[in-house]
Amino acid sequence: MFSILKARIQQKHRTIAYPDGPPPELPERFAGRPVVQAGRCDSGCRKCAESCPVGAVALSDADSPRIDLGRCLFCRACAKACPNQAIVFGRAHHLAAAEREDLIVRAGSANEASCRHALAAKLFSRSLKLRQVSAGGCNACEADSNVLTTLAWDIGRFGIQFVASPRHADGLLITGPVTENMRLAVKKTYDAVPAPKIVIAVGACAISGGPYADHPEQHNGAASVLPVDLYIPGCPPHPLTILEGLLRLLGRK
Amino acid sequence: MYADTSASVRNGQIIDWSDPPETSLGQFRRMVIEGVGDGARLSALFAEPERSSEAFRLTAVLAWPEENALSVVSCPIGRSYQSLTPECPAAGWFEREIAEQWGIHPQSHPWLKPIRFQPPHCGEGGGPLARRAIGLADFFRLEGEEVHEVAVGPVHAGVIEPGHFRFQCHGETVYHLEISLGYQHRGIERALRGGPDRRTRHYFETLAGDTTIGHATAYCRAVEALGGVHPSARAESIVAIAAELERIANHIGDLGALAGDVGFLPTMSYCGRIRGDVLNATAMLCGNRFGRGLAVPGGVDFDIDAALAQEVLHRLDSIERDAVSAIELLFDAPSVMARFEGVGAVSEQSARAIGLVGVAARASGVPCDVRHEFPYGIYQFTQMPICTWHSGDCFARAYVRWLEVQQSLAFVRERLRSLPPGDLNRNVSELRANQCVVSLTEGWRGEICHVAITDDRGRFRAYKVVDPSFHNWFGLACALRGQQISDFPLCNKSFNLSYCGHDL
Repeated sequence: MFSILKARIQQKHRTIAYPDGPPPELPERFAGRPVVQAGRCDSGCRKCAESCPVGAVALSDADSPRIDLGRCLFCRACAKACPNQAIVFGRAHHLAAAEREDLIVRAGSANEASCRHALAAKLFSRSLKLRQVSAGGCNACEADSNVLTTLAWDIGRFGIQFVASPRHADGLLITGPVTENMRLAVKKTYDAVPAPKIVIAVGACAISGGPYADHPEQHNGAASVLPVDLYIPGCPPHPLTILEGLLRLLGRK
Repeated sequence: MYADTSASVRNGQIIDWSDPPETSLGQFRRMVIEGVGDGARLSALFAEPERSSEAFRLTAVLAWPEENALSVVSCPIGRSYQSLTPECPAAGWFEREIAEQWGIHPQSHPWLKPIRFQPPHCGEGGGPLARRAIGLADFFRLEGEEVHEVAVGPVHAGVIEPGHFRFQCHGETVYHLEISLGYQHRGIERALRGGPDRRTRHYFETLAGDTTIGHATAYCRAVEALGGVHPSARAESIVAIAAELERIANHIGDLGALAGDVGFLPTMSYCGRIRGDVLNATAMLCGNRFGRGLAVPGGVDFDIDAALAQEVLHRLDSIERDAVSAIELLFDAPSVMARFEGVGAVSEQSARAIGLVGVAARASGVPCDVRHEFPYGIYQFTQMPICTWHSGDCFARAYVRWLEVQQSLAFVRERLRSLPPGDLNRNVSELRANQCVVSLTEGWRGEICHVAITDDRGRFRAYKVVDPSFHNWFGLACALRGQQISDFPLCNKSFNLSYCGHDL
């Protein structure tokens, strides 16, 4: 008993102040939201697009690249390949979006996409129970979703909780590209959640297939089988990115 | 050791594969079965097609810890051959994989079923294991009055990956557990063929996301060997620092989760957060909490300067203080020990017979650790003691983790204080044609084995990945025998195996 109290004192109070206080500081080398500069491309240069492992960088705009955050692994190969710093990965953590097309970053894009969701804000803003389903996820997105339940992040503060049964859930949080071998289980789990319900796709795999995009063994993400209400990009997204997306979805930030 | 009919190499040494060392099937079976009996580990066993469609080459990697040598043996086979499993249980899972991937029939295999329910690598499949929907297979069944069957998964109650567990019970006692996986199959080995390309490194970083550094290191070392490049001691030190941080983070997380599974909330709460602090230390090195982007063929993409080393050292001080406080609490609690001790025991004999690796093997008293036995990178120049325990139960698997956390903390400190000078990245341009390399590393779960074979153009003709979980899932099934079914979560967590690392 005494040793438990002693440990309790040693471990201190650790729950982050965010969102009332400042967010925890992200490391200097963190790759967050990329910023694209117009007018820097050399004519005919395709180095950024050619360096991308997953085809997230396109050169269809006139004088600047655009990046699909839904595919991006944040490996920074494009930024390294660019001779003119037309792409720079900043440290901004807010990457989530309610609409798939809002994940495209162009020169002059707003630095935050809308996560507004009328139903979620109205029904779930003070209590959101989620059933997490890993459908080919590598355990990184799962780990950084699960970490939100630890006392440092403590999503219980916001009424958000991961529950064991889909019958107790208001929605699904999907990770992984949705493998063929999980497709049926994902659909059955969704069907078991009572309506109205929401679906959150976390990580590059769940949004686009990530590194596994276009493999015949998977389905390029959750939207192939379910209607997705919130996309949270990253490989994996930082816990702060996930939390921030959830809070904006619920209209709490 | 069979120098005449096999290639004997060190970890990460290339073998000329234009004329592979070859033997007859009879000799091959004898070498593997007797080798494993004589103390070798079956690190890999796989088939690859020869140039004609009906002919295959069966290749085994035997790891000899005493000699720090790897024997690579191979033999030509057709669509069927005499199974090794009845005499060498460690081959059981490998032979099921071979049957599923290539439609080859290992005759008289005692339990021939798919392990992943994946599309075959060649043709329509057929063979002994025709493609079928996932999970559709006969399970081992217990018959009798009041016997019942419990089916769990693929979707589990927690935030974890999918897999199916089938228990044969009488009352609360589990008589048999059969584990059926494959739900995470993403086609990695198929996609690796013809590489390396832009995606290759990302496959390894996400193959088992919690083992990003472990698998990335095994891949980088394979490619470095094939390209004839030696990374600098500085780069090797930085990779090893990240690898040990990965081990510390996962072991601390597991200790917290084990505490949670027996309802001991203080350690569960503290360890969940401390694990995050360790991941954040990794993120200081490369920006990513899982170490993505750090290890690249030829070295590393990020340096550790003196200021960063100081900062990480400073953070490790508080991580260690908090970890000691949280984890000593766990091991001092009689109520916890009553739940850990004697539960889910695997004997040393069983561990050796089924070929367990890593924490699970060491907890059963098998002193195996690639860092010590087949040292690679910076481990060649620094001694890494092997942490073992003898009881083979949940306590042992927890305690070995804690011993390893302490060793790894000391190692990381030492390396951060004495980073050698050197360049960060030596470019690997072309891979040599028709070569084979075996690259072993010690991931936090245990031995990771990669075997890369190049074709005439220096592209991957075959790339075999063996995650430690591949060896150990059967160990979990064995640990459950005679246990209470309510102890399954605890036993499962004490192994904490990777689903995606197994399913590939």
